[in-house]
Amino acid sequence: MIAEQKKLAITGAEAAAHAMRQINPDVVAAYPITPQTPIVEKFAQYVADGVVDTEMIPVESEHSAMSAIVGAAAAGARAMTATSANGLALMHEIVYIAASSRLPIVMPVVNRALSGPINIHCDHSDTMAERDSGWVQLFAENSQEVYDLIFIALKLAENENVRLPVMVNQDGFIISHGTEIVEILPDEEIKKFIGEQKMMYSLLDTKNPVTYGPLDLYDYYFEHKRQQVEAMDNVRKVFPEIAKEYEEISGRKYSFVESYKADDAEYVMVALGSTNGTIKYVVDKMRQEGKKVGLLKITMFRPFPKEEIQYYLNGKKGVVVLDRSMSFGAEAPLYAEIKSSLYEVAVRPQLGSYIYGLGGRDITPDMIRKAFDDAIEGNLVVDEQRYLGLRE
Amino acid sequence: MAELKGWKDIPIGGLITEPGSSKKFNTGGWRVMRPIYDRSKCIDCMMCWIVCPDMAIIQEDGIMKAIDYDYCKGCGICASVCPKNAIEMKPETEFQE
Ligand code: SF4
Ligand code: SF4
Repeated sequence: MIAEQKKLAITGAEAAAHAMRQINPDVVAAYPITPQTPIVEKFAQYVADGVVDTEMIPVESEHSAMSAIVGAAAAGARAMTATSANGLALMHEIVYIAASSRLPIVMPVVNRALSGPINIHCDHSDTMAERDSGWVQLFAENSQEVYDLIFIALKLAENENVRLPVMVNQDGFIISHGTEIVEILPDEEIKKFIGEQKMMYSLLDTKNPVTYGPLDLYDYYFEHKRQQVEAMDNVRKVFPEIAKEYEEISGRKYSFVESYKADDAEYVMVALGSTNGTIKYVVDKMRQEGKKVGLLKITMFRPFPKEEIQYYLNGKKGVVVLDRSMSFGAEAPLYAEIKSSLYEVAVRPQLGSYIYGLGGRDITPDMIRKAFDDAIEGNLVVDEQRYLGLRE
Repeated sequence: MAELKGWKDIPIGGLITEPGSSKKFNTGGWRVMRPIYDRSKCIDCMMCWIVCPDMAIIQEDGIMKAIDYDYCKGCGICASVCPKNAIEMKPETEFQE
């Protein structure tokens, strides 16, 4: 049954803090960094007001934040942190350790361009640097999705066939500092949905002693990596079940990808994050003009939903992939995945790679329309990386 | 070395879920130099037993018995502390067939 929900006008950062409040984690360790700061600020207020029971650790760096969270999660605590850009980069070493130690940590990440030159605005270079770390990566389009995905992420992370950490990405400033209406579920509903954490391999369980992080050489390291692959495959099985359960209480549907008028479209754009909202607007405008365009929004980037991509994009005339980060000297991250996914489809579409929005550069409806027009005119070149909003 | 298991048969995350499992790891395979013990020179002072980092000195009631080559990794500390030079380090190659 869909629960009655309270509508609040809040930012994406506040939506993340609200979700954390309702999760009531045992431990939160965090270090402030723009544009993640309001999440931690708001959550620290909840701690100070006694609204949550969380032990808050104001650490001296992000490396320590992730380390403290790894320790807490290994002890069996529900442990969370949040970060952005260089903070995430400073965590990098422990980000891998969290995943390979199979710790169910949920971390909101507020996407911001990595230095240098120093920049505080949105792009996806921070999270893309962690794409091979073994974390599940979810991308929100707006504040509502930030709120919802954090609960889904928690349940996914703690699933015994998964036991992987999850990043819930939101675009810096665009989502994190933009006020929108967010529907908040009752605390009791969330409590029921997330349930009690099932203790697995807790360091505090003295009856079943366990060692975390031992030396793992050529005789077993390889096998442990293979297990991580399996856990990612299990995400594909478990995520739809959790999303369904969440839909029953919230009325909001989540899947690996969201098709927005892509089913009958001839030309489809693929993107991550908040830009999907702008693309939907452009799709509506162009549909009114009789142009058969659509959008495939990627909600889950890791594990990559290859089957869904193939299902939606097979046989399309043109596919435009938008990337908010680059891989210098190679194809952009999302484009590379889409292109590789389409290798096996029966009818391969024309493909185009478009980079946009680096360092917070605006992307306008006109730019999106321009990329769609390229596709409609048959002017997509598979090996050419193009740029939207870049001065020549 | 204990028989190696496949990825489906081991705990996740590199976790060790069984106490005392280091016993199953025969560090003797690392050895390049082998300590050779000469009972005739030994005075059972137990210095070697105290210093051996791998508990590879076998003793019974304070009497030095032997070296456990399953775990002795050949560091040579025993030989260097022995006041009677009762332990001599020899290259493993000398013992290969
Ligand atoms: S060589 Fe090292 S490991 Fe071997 S018995 Fe002597 S002290 Fe122990
Ligand atoms: S240190 Fe030398 S003398 Fe002393 S117990 Fe060992 S082998 Fe014997």
